[in-house]
Amino acid sequence: MSDEAVLKAINLVKIYSGGAVPVPAVRGVDLQVDAGEFVAVMGPSGSGKSTLVHMLGGLDSRTSGEIWLDGKRADTLSESAWALLRRKKIGFVFQFFNLVANMTVADNVELPALLAGASPREARERREDLLGALNLGDRADASPAQLSGGEQQRVALARALANQPSVLLADEPTGNLDSRNTRDVLRLLGRVHKDGQTIVMVTHDARVAALADRVVSLLDGEIVDDGRIARPRRRTVGEVIDLR
Amino acid sequence: MRLHLLALLAKEPAHGYELKQDLEQTFGSAYPSPNIGQIYVTLGRLEKDGLVRAVDVEQSNRPNKKVYYLTAKGRDVLHLWVDEPTEGPRVRDEFFMKLVLAPMTGIADRMVLINRQRRHYLSLMKDLNELLDRTSPDDKIAILLIEGAMLHLQADLDWLERCQEDLA
Ligand SMILES: Nc1ncnc2c1ncn2[C@@H]1O[C@H](COP(=O)(O)OP(=O)(O)OP(=O)(O)O)[C@@H](O)[C@H]1O
Ligand SMILES: [Mg+2]
Repeated sequence: MSDEAVLKAINLVKIYSGGAVPVPAVRGVDLQVDAGEFVAVMGPSGSGKSTLVHMLGGLDSRTSGEIWLDGKRADTLSESAWALLRRKKIGFVFQFFNLVANMTVADNVELPALLAGASPREARERREDLLGALNLGDRADASPAQLSGGEQQRVALARALANQPSVLLADEPTGNLDSRNTRDVLRLLGRVHKDGQTIVMVTHDARVAALADRVVSLLDGEIVDDGRIARPRRRTVGEVIDLR
Repeated sequence: MRLHLLALLAKEPAHGYELKQDLEQTFGSAYPSPNIGQIYVTLGRLEKDGLVRAVDVEQSNRPNKKVYYLTAKGRDVLHLWVDEPTEGPRVRDEFFMKLVLAPMTGIADRMVLINRQRRHYLSLMKDLNELLDRTSPDDKIAILLIEGAMLHLQADLDWLERCQEDLA
């Protein structure tokens, strides 16, 4: 494996076997993400995107296959060792935010940095920077329940970035945003990516996917395409849109 | 461009170069900078069709310039254009024809075509993201055009996904 790989999955499989019939949600995925890469994961509803990133983040157990994180085999770790590693190395944005309800927005964002060993001052500065970038500086003392869906989603993104993780795993982080808020999120993602943040992001939003270096397409639990997004020559809008 | 020029002339008479500037100012970076030669050719045709009339205006120590006026007939044509419903975006594009027909030729696989097209759309979107970044927030017309193009691309990508589910 390349020394550069931050995250690697080998023949990863997930079969949900709780119900009447087993559901094969992820069927033999091989994926390697190098340091600093931004990978967009796309695919129809039910194609296994959430299941895949949950497994990569250690939030869901795999049925078979291997997961490597920063050169270390992760899937064979005990649950507590996985949790420890996750806290240090992974930032996760859930499809449905999962903020801690009885903590303020500020504490939600600072917590992962504190858990990862940052000083209170570092954690606060990072939080102020992230919430500011997402236009939420004035909501720091609110509780999650007092926020709109779009605001909660942006807080979840700030929280995931708080400890400067080796890899940011995000599941539809702009699903509930209007176009102005999406623009703030796009800017922040562009900025952290430029600073070297590795990102794996599930998204239906083409504007977000277009920030990525690479797109992975899932269909029925399998990767059907994995390749770079070309950077064509700069154009004027008139060359892209046909104004008749 | 015929009707765009008629619309500008409905505001006030102008010569060719003023029309070019007017288009640039109205649309900002969104308009493919109109070629002055093309504007004069179009004005010539409009004049021939009786939609505009040109008047020579004398200028001190410079050659005369032609100022164009909208005629009554031109105004009627303009009204017709504004009042009639505008054709919507195309519902059948060239890619779809390729997608349906290609497997019959044995030249290409649908899965390959769809994947390639998705990457192409995303790279167009990359362009638009960049364009939006370097467009001033005051340039409202250009921003709306870019956002419109983004929404169209999003719809194209969603449709591609549907095609992949049902055809590939
Ligand atoms: N806990 C579960 N138990 C049983 N089946 C599940 C479970 N979670 C997901 N699935 C099934 O696994 C498949 C993949 O689901 P997943 O949530 O990964 O899809 P997705 O690509 O994220 O879809 P969406 O775009 O709608 O979020 C689906 O068929 C789904 O019904
Ligand atoms: Mg999902």
